Amino acid sequence: MTSRPAPDPVFAFELNGETVTVSAPAHHTLLELLRYRQGLTGTKQGCDKGDCGACTVLLDGSPVLSCLTLAVTVAGRAVTTIEGLGAEHRRAEGRPHPVQEAFDRSGALQCGFCQPGMLLSSAALLRKNPSPTADEVRAALSGNLCRCTGYAQIIEAVLRAAAVERGEDPPAPAWSIEPRDEEP
Amino acid sequence: MTVLGKAIAHESARGHVTGSALYTNDLLPRRGGAAYAWPVTVPHARARITAVDTAAALAAPGVLLVLGAGDVPGENELGPSRRDEPLFPSEVQFFGQAVAWVIAETEEAAKLAAGRVVVDVEPLPAVLSIEQGIAEESYLTEPLFMRRGDAEAALAAAPRRVSGELFVGGQEHVYLETNAALAEIDDSGHMLVHSSTQHPSETQEIVARVLGVSRNRVVVQALRMGGAFGGKEVQANAWAAVAAIAALKLGRPVGVRLDRHHDMTLTGKRHPFLARFEVGFDDDGRILGAKVELFADGGWCLDLTEPIVYRAMFHIDNCYRIPAITVMGRGVRTNKTSQTAFRGFGGPQGMVVIEDILDRIARTLELPPRLVRERNFYREGDETHYGQPVRDAARIERIWSALLRSSSYDTRRAEIERFNATSPHAKRGIAITPVKFGISFTATFYNQAGALVIVYADGSVQVNHGGTEMGQGLHTKMMQVAAHTLGVRLDQVRAMPTRTDKVPNTSATAASSGSDLNGAAVKRACESIRSNLAEVAAAELAVPACTVVFEDGQVFPRDEPSRALDFSALARKAYLARVPLFSSGYYRTPEIHFDKATGTGKPFHYFAYGAAVTEVEVDRFTGAYSFRRVDILHDVGDSLSPLVDLGQVEGGFIQGLGWLTLEECVWDARGRFATSGLSTYKLPGLGECPLELNVALLEKATEPGVVYGSKAVGEPPLMLAISAREALRDAVAQFGSGGIIELGCPSTPETVYFAIRERTEAAGGARRAAE
Ligand code: FES
Ligand code: FES
Repeated sequence: MTSRPAPDPVFAFELNGETVTVSAPAHHTLLELLRYRQGLTGTKQGCDKGDCGACTVLLDGSPVLSCLTLAVTVAGRAVTTIEGLGAEHRRAEGRPHPVQEAFDRSGALQCGFCQPGMLLSSAALLRKNPSPTADEVRAALSGNLCRCTGYAQIIEAVLRAAAVERGEDPPAPAWSIEPRDEEP
Repeated sequence: MTVLGKAIAHESARGHVTGSALYTNDLLPRRGGAAYAWPVTVPHARARITAVDTAAALAAPGVLLVLGAGDVPGENELGPSRRDEPLFPSEVQFFGQAVAWVIAETEEAAKLAAGRVVVDVEPLPAVLSIEQGIAEESYLTEPLFMRRGDAEAALAAAPRRVSGELFVGGQEHVYLETNAALAEIDDSGHMLVHSSTQHPSETQEIVARVLGVSRNRVVVQALRMGGAFGGKEVQANAWAAVAAIAALKLGRPVGVRLDRHHDMTLTGKRHPFLARFEVGFDDDGRILGAKVELFADGGWCLDLTEPIVYRAMFHIDNCYRIPAITVMGRGVRTNKTSQTAFRGFGGPQGMVVIEDILDRIARTLELPPRLVRERNFYREGDETHYGQPVRDAARIERIWSALLRSSSYDTRRAEIERFNATSPHAKRGIAITPVKFGISFTATFYNQAGALVIVYADGSVQVNHGGTEMGQGLHTKMMQVAAHTLGVRLDQVRAMPTRTDKVPNTSATAASSGSDLNGAAVKRACESIRSNLAEVAAAELAVPACTVVFEDGQVFPRDEPSRALDFSALARKAYLARVPLFSSGYYRTPEIHFDKATGTGKPFHYFAYGAAVTEVEVDRFTGAYSFRRVDILHDVGDSLSPLVDLGQVEGGFIQGLGWLTLEECVWDARGRFATSGLSTYKLPGLGECPLELNVALLEKATEPGVVYGSKAVGEPPLMLAISAREALRDAVAQFGSGGIIELGCPSTPETVYFAIRERTEAAGGARRAAE
C-alpha cells in the first residue's frame, strides 16, 4: 500500500525584482530551486553543506547560504542572485553594481567559481557598512572560500567598490588595467 | 600600442561578475530531457564483490538504469598508460569506490536509488600506509634512480652527517567546481561530451575506448573549469565515460556531477611522500654527499605516479649543488584513491625534503639557515644531479639578494630577536627560501601543441588552441599573443572553447606549460596568416611586404603610418583575392630528452626561479600562528600578462601555504578518507592569509626561446610557501636551546604545539638535570 505523496507546496517570492510563483518539494533547498527549477545557474554549488560560500545569495538584502536555506522559507521574501545584482542596482542607481565593475577590473578572480558568492557577500557588506576597513572586508568574506586567488585583489576590489559607491575617487589600483569599452 | 605584457582583466571576468559564464554542470538544466547520475559506493578499503542486486533500485521512482560492467560497449578500462583501472571494478580497491552508477530523471531520484543497490562483498586485507606497502612489497613502479658521483664514499668521508625521515602529507585539490561531465548525442549522431577536464584529448580517447568506437566519433569540449590544479588532468575521464555510456544507452543527455563528498572520496590527491635521507657536509654547512629515498603513496592504480616520483627526484636539489648523490624513488601501491597530479607534480615534495635537510644542517652547526642555503647555491656552469646545465644559475643569487633587501630581512631579523627576548609565550620566526622549478613535461612527447587561428573576412579573429581554461588565464594570454602577432585590437579576438575537433591530439594543460606550448603554436598560426596578409597589403600600398607593419587593427608601411589600411578592410581584400585567412600552428619544445636507464638528460627547457620571505608569530600554549608578512620575488620572464601572473603567484603561494600548514588528509584505520568535507579539511580562507603580502615580478628577465620571452608561472610559486614552514620552524626554535627541530608536515597548529612542547620539555628536563 503506497501513500500518495503530498503535493509540492506552491509559493510566491520576489526573485531579482520580479514576483515568481513556484512549486518545490518541502525538502528542497533554495539552491536547488534556483539552479534546477529557475535555471539561474549563476549561483554555484560548491559543497552543498554550508562550508564554501559559493551559493551565497541575498535574502531581503542579507547574505544567506542558499544550500542551507529551504526553498519554501523564502515565500513572500526577496531573493537577489548574481544574475539580478547588476540589474537591481541599475534600476535603483542607474548603473551596475560597483562590486561587479571592481572585481572585473582588479584581477580579483581567476576561475570565477567563487565569484557570485563573493560579490553578493561584498554587496551586502557595502549596504550595511559603506566604509569598511580591510579587516572588516576580511571578516565579511571569511565564509567565502576561494581556491585560486591569494585573496589580496579581492580585498582591494571591495575597497575600491566602496569608494566608488561613496562617490569618492577609488584608491589607485596596484596595477593599472587597460580600459574596456562595454560595461557589465 | 600592443596589448602584450599589459595588465588586462581575465577574458571571462565580465561573465564571472554577472553570473553568465557557464561551467559544465550549468549546461545540465539547459538541456531538455537530461538524466542525472549518482554512484553506488562500497565502504571497504578492499573487497571482492560477490553479488550486486539492482532490483530495488530499478523499481524506485524515476530510475532509468543502473550501469555496471555489463553495460560497457567497449573496454571497461580507464588507465591511460597501464591498464589497471577498471571503470566498474570486480574488486573494490579503496574505501568508497564506485562500483555501479544509477541513472535517473533527477539527481535526487538517482541518489535515493543508489542507496537501494545491494552490493555483497567479501572484505580482503588492505594496504593503508606507505610503511605497510614497503613491508609487503606493494609497489606501483620499479625503483627509479638518479646518481651522481659516489654518494657512499662522499658520506663516509664527510666530517659531519645527519640522517632522518620526513613524512610529507598529501593535499586535496578542492577546486571549487567539483568534477562534472555531460554527454549527448549531437545532431550528426556523434558523441559530444562536455567535460570539466584539463586533458580533452585523453578524455576523448577514454570515452572512445569505453564506447568501443574510433576517436573521430567522439568530440570532447571543455568550456572552462572552476579550478583544476592537476586534479582534472587524468581523473576527469571516469565521469565523462559514465555519462557517455549512459547517454548512448538512453539516447538522451546524461550529466554526472560529483558532490563534494564524492569528489573528495572518489578522486586522488597530491601524493603523500615518505623520505629517508642521509647527508654528509662540512663544518661550513656545504653538502658533500647525500642518499635519499622517496616513497610516494600512489593509491590503488598507477595514474601519473611514475612521472610524479620522477619530478620529486628532479627537484631534490632545488637550488643547491649536491656533489655526490644517489636518489631512489618508488611509487607504493595502497588501497586509497589513486593519487594524481597536483600543482608542482611531486616537485614540491622533493623540495620540502631538501629544505628540511638544510635546516637540520644549519641547526646542527648552529649556523643561520639562510647562510647554509646560500653556501650551497648552484653557480653558473653547474649541472644538476641528472646532468642538465643550470642555465641562469646566477638568477638565484640575484633574486635572493634583491629580496633580502626589499623585505628588509636583516633589520626585521634583529627586530624579531628583540621581540622574542621579551616575549616568553609568543615567539616570532622568519625564513627565506628559494625555488628553482624545471619547466617541461618530463615525458618528452607531451611537449607539443597545436592551434587553429581563423580570421573572418570582416577582420574578426577566432583563436583555437589545445589548452584548457581553468582560471589560470590561459585564454587571456592566448588572446594577447594573437592580438599582438596579428596586430589587431584585443576586442577583435575571441578565444574559443577547447574542442578536440578543432585541435587534435593535444597534451594536458599541465606542467605549467599551457602558455609556453600553446602560445608558441598560436603565434606561429598568426604569423602565417600575417605573412599572407602582408602580401596583399604590400600590393595595395605598393611597398615591399617586409616593410608592412600590423598594429592595433591598422596596417601600414613602416615609414608612413598615415597611409594605414584598416585590418578589417585588408581581410576583406584578401578574401576577394582568394588568399587563405586561417592557419594551424604547431610547436614542439626543442632539445629536451631524458634517459631513464641512466637517470640523466635535459628534461627541462628552462628553470623558473623565485624566492620568498615569510614572518610568523606562534603561540606557545596552542601552537596557533599567524603569518605577519610575506615578501615574494618571482621570475616569470617577460610577463605576457602581469595581472594574470600576479594572480598565479599569489594564489600559488596561498595554495602552498594551505598544503604545508592547514590542509591535513586523514585516512582512518579502515582506510576511509576521514577529512572528506570542507568542515574537516581546512582550506586557507581570508582569516588565514598573511596580513601583508608583497609580490614583485623579476625585471629584466627575458627568457630566450619561449614565446615573447615569457616564462611558465602555474606551478613554481606554490613552492615559495616552503618559506612559511621554515619560518614556523624558526619560531619553534625560539622555545628552546639549539638542536634539530623535527616538524611534521603539514605543520598544523597541533603539530607546532607538539614541536614546541617537545622542546620546552627537553629544555626543562635539561635544566632539572643540571640543577
Ligand atoms: S554550496 Fe552552499 S556553502 Fe558551499
Ligand atoms: S577564482 Fe577560483 S575559486 Fe575563486
